[in-house]
Amino acid sequence: MYQDYTITHLRQLESEAIYILRETAAQFEKPVLLFSGGKDSIVMAYLAKKAFWPAKVPFPLMHVDTGHNFPETMEYRDAFIATLGVDLVVASVQEAIDTGKVIEEKGPYASRNSLQTVALLEALEAGQYDAALGGGRRDEEKARAKERFFSHRDAFGQWDPKNQRPELWNIFNGRKHHGEHFRIFPLSNWTEMDIWQYVKAEDLELPNLYFSHQRDCIVRQGVIMAVTDFIEVQADEEIENMTVRFRTIGDATCTGAALSTASSLEAIIAEVAAARETERGTRTDDKRSETAMEDRKKEGYF
Amino acid sequence: MSENTTAGYLNMDLLRFTTAGSVDDGKSTLIGRLLYDSKAIFEDQLEAIEQNSKARGDENINLALLTDGLRAEREQGITIDVAYRYFATPKRKFIIADTPGHIQYTRNMVTGASTANLAIVLVDARKGVIEQTCRHAFIADLLRIQHIVVCVNKMDLVDWSQEIFDNIVDDVKKFASRLNNIIDITFIPVSALLGDNIVDPSEHMNWYEGPTLLYYLETVYIGADVNHVDARLPVQWVIRPHSDAWHDFRGFAGRIAGGVFKPGDEVTVLPSGFQSKVKAIHTLNGELAEAYAPMSVAVTLVDEIDISRGDMLVKRNNPPVPRQDVEAMICWFSADKTLMARGKFILRHTTKEVKAIIKEVRYKVNINTLHKIEADLEFTLNDIGRISLRTSAPIIADSYKSNRITGSFVLIDDQTNETVAAGMII
Repeated sequence: MYQDYTITHLRQLESEAIYILRETAAQFEKPVLLFSGGKDSIVMAYLAKKAFWPAKVPFPLMHVDTGHNFPETMEYRDAFIATLGVDLVVASVQEAIDTGKVIEEKGPYASRNSLQTVALLEALEAGQYDAALGGGRRDEEKARAKERFFSHRDAFGQWDPKNQRPELWNIFNGRKHHGEHFRIFPLSNWTEMDIWQYVKAEDLELPNLYFSHQRDCIVRQGVIMAVTDFIEVQADEEIENMTVRFRTIGDATCTGAALSTASSLEAIIAEVAAARETERGTRTDDKRSETAMEDRKKEGYF
Repeated sequence: MSENTTAGYLNMDLLRFTTAGSVDDGKSTLIGRLLYDSKAIFEDQLEAIEQNSKARGDENINLALLTDGLRAEREQGITIDVAYRYFATPKRKFIIADTPGHIQYTRNMVTGASTANLAIVLVDARKGVIEQTCRHAFIADLLRIQHIVVCVNKMDLVDWSQEIFDNIVDDVKKFASRLNNIIDITFIPVSALLGDNIVDPSEHMNWYEGPTLLYYLETVYIGADVNHVDARLPVQWVIRPHSDAWHDFRGFAGRIAGGVFKPGDEVTVLPSGFQSKVKAIHTLNGELAEAYAPMSVAVTLVDEIDISRGDMLVKRNNPPVPRQDVEAMICWFSADKTLMARGKFILRHTTKEVKAIIKEVRYKVNINTLHKIEADLEFTLNDIGRISLRTSAPIIADSYKSNRITGSFVLIDDQTNETVAAGMII
């Protein structure tokens, strides 16, 4: 019988990501997987489980903790890591502030987003990690569209977008000098839709923030922000109870919500298919300038 | 619920294609239209580039700003790197490797082409076949892209003339007859600006009866692009759980580079030559009855054999021959250094790394004319040509023609650690 040896787009992306994860384990001394509790890092950690099964994932997870978390994210994080049976390293932004390594932004629009870079680079250095796996996708943002799977960082953690190593076929060059490290992005070729379809296909559990729920919000600069302890509500801002969900989950001070009644994976997939705004459209951290992401990445951001 | 949701996605496959061209060809307009018509451009992105185009004083919305994300690219108004773009229809997911077309970016084109199933070559109907057209076709052929779509663009500016289109088809075919690997060439007359024959059939060119570009991209058969005959599994990592439940488990993990593996298959381990049988093919979701390229799997064998990263599992029919003497076509990537005979490098092939010395530079190719250059044998940035080299240990290679994964390598400078060349084994 004639047989068609093709696999679906999700299985191709899965296979590619597993290949990258195994290359990372093989080419580096001490990798670490950056885990934010968002859907991309959950998918990445799950793929790591697949890559090394039935053995355990041979590297720890690292959470860069701004201290401004949604409580749901933290609950999910701890339960998820328990099922993987790997160690968790916490890089604390609060600690960096307390020890005077960074100075916190002031004012109602203050965010610890940019402070994460310092905490991350410190933690990578302290743990002597030479490869940090990130869940970044090229479809997210135009600077990320030019990112490599194996992205070289100099001894200062900086990215030089004009001088990146070419990546051909299945061959990834992770050679480096002492003190340098790599950022590695196994999900480079995934889109937001692929992530959701994969979550559905593999029946993965996600934090409930991704699903429609009621919560108190304010609208600031066109973005719906959840009212939390970390947000200073201004006199002219009105608190409203809204039916929302989050398309991305990050620091509570810069992650906007979207009005949505999608409470199941099917409904979310339909919503993503019909969406006319990018998921990062709700991220205030990208809105600071036209090349905000590239500028942060050069300094060592995710 | 739209079609592109839960019902359809389980049957979608993946097509990777590359485009090369400069601003003048209408390449950005073409990509912009594919993305926009398939809803892969979002309103906030469109608004942002609208504002940006205005601020820059552009007359129309400059779709290139979508892909040219780096500050330097925006400042100079050029694409300097490979940009990856994504869109999907209910039938397929597409990955576009969008590369600049000028000769100084040959290495970027080579990089984009290395993973592509298909290449779109743009021809300006007013200009016909020019050097750049030939260069793009040559690179696609060199990297063994089997499907080429020649989009004859700007048909609106030549009065939708069938004669002009036919002449261009003849010219390209003449040139393509000198190439080796391309299996099919399709010609489509389009106007990217007006959308003719991109997603919807043109109303201006009734003489054209072929597919629209999107229809072609959705339906071109790519199942035969991969070698499914010669079984190859380069070992990436050995999985040893050391747990009670999986006491003696030794899984040889890797991404299958060719052929089909099934439990019970007799396999040979190279370079040692030991023989055994496949016991099982493991994944987290259960054991598989068969596995093939490009699946990532873990294989266990019936016998206990010493196998490590860099080894390769193959089937006994038609095995690759371990070799230390390699003939190859290479493209030189380094702007700072040159390649000459007796140069020493690190060579990375599948999951193996060895040392290599260049024995001889045979010739370089003028990629505009395909003429051999034998007078000047020093490779500088973007040069393509043929060399022979010797490795410090055997590599388990096929010809690039029979397998893109086991037939390719990169050269790395051992001082800077930079990737300085891409090689295709002859």
